[in-house]
Amino acid sequence: MSTAVKTNTLTLVQAVTDGMRTMLREHDDVLVLGEDVGVNGGVFRATDGLQSEFGETRVMDTPLSEAGFTGAAIGMAVNGLRPVVEIQFLGFVYPAYEQIMTHASRIRARTMGHYSVPMVIRAPYGAGVRAPEIHSDSIEALFTHMPGIKVVCPSSPYDAKGLLVASIEDPDPVIFLEPMKSYRSSREEVPEDKYTVKIGKGKRVMEGDDVSIFAWGAMVPVAEKAAKEMTEQGVTCDVIDLRTLYPLDKDLIAESVQKTGRTVILHEAHRTGGVGSEIQSIINDTSFLYQKAPVEYVTGFDTPVPFFAYEDHYLPTSNRVVQAIQKVINF
Amino acid sequence: MENQFPMKQWIDEEGNVVSEEFQKNVTEDLVKQIYRQLVRIRSFDRKCISLQRQGRIGTYAPFEGQEGAQVGSAYALKDNDWMYPTYRDHGATMTFGHSLKNILAYWNGRNEACVPPEGRHIFPPAVPIATQLPHAAGTAFAEKRKGTENAVICYFGDGATSEGDFHEGMNMASVLQAPVVYFNQNNSFAISVPISKQMRSKTIAQKALSYDMPSVRVDGNDVFAVYFETQKALDRARKGEGPSLIEAVTWRYGAHTTADDPTKYRDQKESDTRREKGDPILRVELYMKKHGLYDEAWIEKMKEEVSSEIDQAIEEMEAMPKANPEDLFDYVFEKPTWTIEEQKKAYFASLERGGM
Repeated sequence: MSTAVKTNTLTLVQAVTDGMRTMLREHDDVLVLGEDVGVNGGVFRATDGLQSEFGETRVMDTPLSEAGFTGAAIGMAVNGLRPVVEIQFLGFVYPAYEQIMTHASRIRARTMGHYSVPMVIRAPYGAGVRAPEIHSDSIEALFTHMPGIKVVCPSSPYDAKGLLVASIEDPDPVIFLEPMKSYRSSREEVPEDKYTVKIGKGKRVMEGDDVSIFAWGAMVPVAEKAAKEMTEQGVTCDVIDLRTLYPLDKDLIAESVQKTGRTVILHEAHRTGGVGSEIQSIINDTSFLYQKAPVEYVTGFDTPVPFFAYEDHYLPTSNRVVQAIQKVINF
Repeated sequence: MENQFPMKQWIDEEGNVVSEEFQKNVTEDLVKQIYRQLVRIRSFDRKCISLQRQGRIGTYAPFEGQEGAQVGSAYALKDNDWMYPTYRDHGATMTFGHSLKNILAYWNGRNEACVPPEGRHIFPPAVPIATQLPHAAGTAFAEKRKGTENAVICYFGDGATSEGDFHEGMNMASVLQAPVVYFNQNNSFAISVPISKQMRSKTIAQKALSYDMPSVRVDGNDVFAVYFETQKALDRARKGEGPSLIEAVTWRYGAHTTADDPTKYRDQKESDTRREKGDPILRVELYMKKHGLYDEAWIEKMKEEVSSEIDQAIEEMEAMPKANPEDLFDYVFEKPTWTIEEQKKAYFASLERGGM
């Protein structure tokens, strides 16, 4: 008998589909619902083929009604189902925000555990694909600030499947953010069978001693590119893909900063009140005396995510990251 | 539209039976049980106002005047059904078996209050307006998927019909053909805003037309009409015939909450007039008198029982141990995150050092 794990070469979006398929097969109570997720397979094809395999009662096209289907999914989750809701683009989640904030996030707390909401809200997020207005928002911090919600954001196909399976199995609501710019940008070997990637754990994607770079989602390849450039200049970077934005991997953040003493935080979301500030807060709490330079940020601006003609200016680039690394090195 | 959705009554304001439908369902036992519930929840409501005035509970939302709608609808439920109430529907939750102690505890800011009694599906009261309508659709869909005959009742007021979630919830239920009864109590006021400023629609029942959903307008102060119409809607739901909307036309005699002064926005003489004519309890009493069911000795004994039940609940609520700050941290997630654990530990350490 072979012990080799059977794998497929998948893009990130295919790995998301594979994660849903795995869980739809495993549990009859898992449902997928959202706009155009049925016959159409989702606008990004994230649910491609699922309705034909599992039927209309498990992979359900809903009315164009974010508050309606998110609210209905809460009611389903309270009554024993495990809905996986697709918000077509994260920028379309706002009508459902009340449902998430006033109900999904606090039903367990309100009822002291009598009722809970084991649901996943999946949404493609982020800029860089020349999308129309409102289609490129990156508002993870609106959710990390919400008590009772976990926020997950994979950057690779392997993590996308493993984290999605973990999110569907999680007993509490999870916001699952999918970097749409990375949906088809790379392929990776993804096990065909079920596996999980632990929520709350980051991953070191490049090992280095001089500067820590913290990033997630579509910013991870930007960090890696900058780090590779710096290697040529004799500076090595510890690139950390946080993978989960709430709860953050405090130990990994501390371990990395205590090694390097220099930090660059990279995110495409707006700067003020972003998750980056929370990372810096952890650094202050855990590693204050290890720091050799002030933390540098490379982020989106405190402006609306712009029309796409400007998005190359808005989105952090590896050049800006290189400049930030040089700044913390030369402090 | 008023002609298309005439107000259904079973007894009129004088206690006369005006409909032949359901005559055979009305037994002496039913009348007495329903009357008892009406008296019970009104006594509780009045007691709560006085407890608030004495500072023994916090801000309270009274429902006096709406007892017919709440008892009639909740009495139609079966044990395994689900109830999605609002903050003014504890008359309904009491009728469905919620504990009086927990309801009092809710108005005293206690978390334990949202835990329903064992085996009863009572959701915590919706405080945001209309957000419970989509939940009810989803919960009902889950029952349908399990293949049960359980149904869901979802309460909301006239103001809620202006919210997006009202329409999204109604539409979801309609599309899913979910076994849910949307039970509207139209008391004509959303805090201070009269229904004339809330909508141009002549009825709330007509809003169901948009969702191809059966609906009915019922005299909400006629507990029997409410009971029978809710039963009909629940039966349809159980048989797989989908959702319904009931508009129960009623009136809140008092304030929106104990923090509100209704004389600022309406002439409270209207409430006095309505108490004298059309009151949901008075009406049942008139009916009982006409049918030889008004047994004063029984009523006196029943009122004593109700009063001691309420007193006991107050005693139990007031005997609850002080709110445990651990509760604050322990139920946010199934397993607390490190941030919550750290914050809890730090807070308890500060308590030990004499903080707070």
